[in-house]
Amino acid sequence: MTITINHYLIVSFLLFSIGFLGVLVRRNFLTILMSIELMLNAVNLNLIAFSRRLSDLTGQVFSVFVITIAAGEAAIGLALTISYFRQRKTLDVEEAHTMRG
Amino acid sequence: MTDGALLTGTAGWLFVVFAGLALVSAIAVVVARNPVHSALYLLLAFVLVACIFILQQAEFVGAVQMLVYAGGIMVLFLFVVMLVNPGVAHAGKAFQKQFDVALVLLPVFLLPFLYILGTEKMADVPVRPDAFRMVGTHVAGNTEAVSWVLFRDYLVPFEVASVFLLVAMIGAVVLGRRSLEKMD
Repeated sequence: MTITINHYLIVSFLLFSIGFLGVLVRRNFLTILMSIELMLNAVNLNLIAFSRRLSDLTGQVFSVFVITIAAGEAAIGLALTISYFRQRKTLDVEEAHTMRG
Repeated sequence: MTDGALLTGTAGWLFVVFAGLALVSAIAVVVARNPVHSALYLLLAFVLVACIFILQQAEFVGAVQMLVYAGGIMVLFLFVVMLVNPGVAHAGKAFQKQFDVALVLLPVFLLPFLYILGTEKMADVPVRPDAFRMVGTHVAGNTEAVSWVLFRDYLVPFEVASVFLLVAMIGAVVLGRRSLEKMD
């Protein structure tokens, strides 16, 4: 089976869409964070595929930076999760409506 | 390798297997009700994506993905799932009301994507098989090649990333402190 850049784009699109769907439809704070990680992973897949297609290593360096950002985002997001859970005793994001007009 | 083809033969079929399993486990992340199950499916998806990286001869990024995602971030996630009461964590409704709307929106986004995929043509440069392991003119390893690009061309972003990680660490410590409750 011959794999071209289009196959990579399709897989990456589907992975990103699944992550996006998770952010939209889940009510659990933790699952939303996990879906964001899925979307970042899809972007990494694209970066690596294009890096290979264009024979340029810059894409790989960028994906290392994306992984760095993902690590920082996970740390902050999980700290927010714990703080949120302490105040509300739940992880349901629908409960966060203090600023609703 | 013919130009444009990234993987051929057995490697191509391996890509299909890894990508299919990664998509299935990604769907499982989104639909699983228990956050522990979600986290474990996410771990599987990360490992499979790392396998795709290694298939693509990007061994360094594959190893970083395994270490940082599968090793670090997943442990962090599981830790937090255990810290918040698991019984409370997945009580109540799991999905928002607009689940059906979101499912309809997916094909709406898919169609323009497929249109662009079908009509746009990429610049027809041939794929160089050893591009990921070249340092200047001699053949080295993938890690050496990546580190040359990282420390020669992207040194300033690299240092900025280290400052970013420090800020994230301080932010996480401040947010996680118990005294934040009294500010309410």
